[in-house]
Amino acid sequence: MRPTVVMLFLTLHKYQPSMEHILEVSDVVKKYGDYTALNHVSLSVPKGSIYGLLGPNGAGKTSLIRIINQITMPDSGRVILDGEPLQPKHIQSIGYLPEERGLYKTMKVGEQCLYLAQLKGMSKKDAKAQLDFWFEKLEITSWWNKKIQELSKGMAQKIQFVVCVLHKPKLLIFDEPFSGFDPVNANLIKDEILELKRQGSTIIFSTHRMESVEELCDYIALIHKSNKLIEGKLDDVKRQYRTATYRIGVLTQNTEQLLYQLTQKYTVAQTHFKSLNQELQLEVAIGNDTPNNLLSLLLNNGMVTHFEEKIPSVNDIFIQTVTQN
Amino acid sequence: MSLLKLIIKREFIAKVRNKSFIVMTFLSPLIFVVIAAVVGYLASMKADLRRIAVHDPANVIFNTLKNTEEYRYVNTSGLSVGVLRDSVKTEKFDGLLVVPATTKTNEIAQKTQYYSNESAPLELILDLEDQLSEKLTAQNYQAAGIDTLAINKAQADVSIQLKKSSGEDTIKGASLIRIVIGGGFGYLIMMFIIIYGNLVMRSVIEEKTNRIIEIIISSVKPFQLMLGKIIGTSLAGLLQFGIWIVLGITLLTVASAVFGIETGGTAGIAANAAAEQVDPSRIQQLLAAVWDLPIATILISFVLYFIGGYFLYSSFYAAIGAAVDNETDSQQFLLPIIMPLVLGVYIGFFTVINDPHGTVATVFSIVPLTSPIVMLMRIPFGVPIWQVILSIVLLFATFVLVVWFAAKIYRVGILMYGKKPTWKEIIKWTKYD
Repeated sequence: MRPTVVMLFLTLHKYQPSMEHILEVSDVVKKYGDYTALNHVSLSVPKGSIYGLLGPNGAGKTSLIRIINQITMPDSGRVILDGEPLQPKHIQSIGYLPEERGLYKTMKVGEQCLYLAQLKGMSKKDAKAQLDFWFEKLEITSWWNKKIQELSKGMAQKIQFVVCVLHKPKLLIFDEPFSGFDPVNANLIKDEILELKRQGSTIIFSTHRMESVEELCDYIALIHKSNKLIEGKLDDVKRQYRTATYRIGVLTQNTEQLLYQLTQKYTVAQTHFKSLNQELQLEVAIGNDTPNNLLSLLLNNGMVTHFEEKIPSVNDIFIQTVTQN
Repeated sequence: MSLLKLIIKREFIAKVRNKSFIVMTFLSPLIFVVIAAVVGYLASMKADLRRIAVHDPANVIFNTLKNTEEYRYVNTSGLSVGVLRDSVKTEKFDGLLVVPATTKTNEIAQKTQYYSNESAPLELILDLEDQLSEKLTAQNYQAAGIDTLAINKAQADVSIQLKKSSGEDTIKGASLIRIVIGGGFGYLIMMFIIIYGNLVMRSVIEEKTNRIIEIIISSVKPFQLMLGKIIGTSLAGLLQFGIWIVLGITLLTVASAVFGIETGGTAGIAANAAAEQVDPSRIQQLLAAVWDLPIATILISFVLYFIGGYFLYSSFYAAIGAAVDNETDSQQFLLPIIMPLVLGVYIGFFTVINDPHGTVATVFSIVPLTSPIVMLMRIPFGVPIWQVILSIVLLFATFVLVVWFAAKIYRVGILMYGKKPTWKEIIKWTKYD
């Protein structure tokens, strides 16, 4: 590991004062019988961020989310919400959209929303006012007296989203929020999530859709087999996983000579990217060398049409980490 | 507390608005009244008159046979048995009694025959046997030179007078009243538990299949949700019972007005019959016996056993609902719950009636799972207060234990999807924190 990476690693894990974090999970262990669902997991979720909680199925994400929601208790470890140890009153500060979600089928939309809002500690009057606001915003006022069973799945999901954000929680937890939405509604919900972030809410976002992680998340954490493997700012994590590999395109008369020169110094692989030229397309890992040296070598041998650092995608990091461990 | 109230309110409204609840509430009393009317009508119908041919050439019995509303005896001693049997086959007669033409009582006793196409009514045969044996016994006495009059005089007619140790008079009919009142209350509790326990279970399963459960328990404790469900459902149940009672009484009144002539007629006959057999002082005694029952104890303990028993069992139902994904899977787990209930009713109706203070009745009236039914059946017979208190304390202690236990299963179960758990797994759930 290069010194910069080591230093980066240290800064990532340096203790930061709690007031900057809405949620701090420290050393949480959760066991179900002989099975360990969470093995000494610690996380820090900065205020006002969108925090991607990633991991394969069965990694322990849902167990962690259920602990944060006080549905279950950790066997050991602490959870701090906004500077205070987690306690029943915090239920009102959290909005939770579970992956397995549904509504009472035979209950009317309006009544049901009022009920669920009141369960979150809102007064009936407040709940009604907030519901009117959201129903108008999402243009669903005509659904008020319909039963859930008369609505489509996507429509019901919208209602669940509204119920989840209605009480203006400080911390929102979305578990696969986009599943079941068509692209138009998924976009609508995405915009609402960004809007909530602008208004100061913190969002924990658990998903398998890596493109939405790339798009939305400021921070990510990866949980695999009950352990946290990665945590940090998305860019920092990517930096940590950079491989000093460059994707290049060169138009050259003498391909063999260029390849010979490159393979002398670097590790070279074939690659393919979209281009209008018929150039030589390569992936070059430069190790400890500088990009400038690579670039001048290329310039001496032809016309450079493409030169970019290969940045690991969240998807790459995910797959790499999960398959390695 | 206010969250619990919200849950109770929602559960209550959801139950009451349910179509099947409304239909059941208003249809059941109607069905009940219709059945009662049909039974009443059938009971008041006169049975068909049956003609019995009697072939009794020696006139052993014919003269003593009395025609009744149901049976008319025709002397056919002049015809041969063969002809008579044919006439039974062709249904000219409903039956044929053939008494051997002899004076030997032994032969008569053993060779008397009865022919019929269908199997003979047991009641008739017993009656005929009684009459014959009485007649033959009298003949035997005479033949042996025994003075039948003296025997009749010597016969002692015993009727033991029942008195309580405190010295008051009591009567035999009072036992019946106690059985009816105790049994009625016990049976009511069992019905309520089975009907509304099932409703609780169904509503838990519904939340699981709707997938709303996780949204709800991110706001409230599973224990609150479970308790709210049980209370809300029981309130809906009490409302339904209340409506049934009011509707039942109204409908019965209307029905008796409509069928006034017939029911009035039978009632009149019954009243006449009663007046013939029972003197007014006996009726007064019966009424006094009702008032003599520990009414306050019965009512207070009914309420206590009702609450304790219902909550105990519906916690079981809630836990089962949480453990399974659909109702079909619940059967295997329901059996051990329904068994003690049925056992309670059986013990109540067989053992308590014979021996209200015997070991079996006493033990099962203290064991918590059967006590709500068995003790309620025993109380009208007078139970030492320490037994009642012990049984209620045990019931509520068990209730607290079971609710705690059920809440643990409930908490884990509601978040488990997909597979039917085994008993072993369910026990394991209770060990999770």
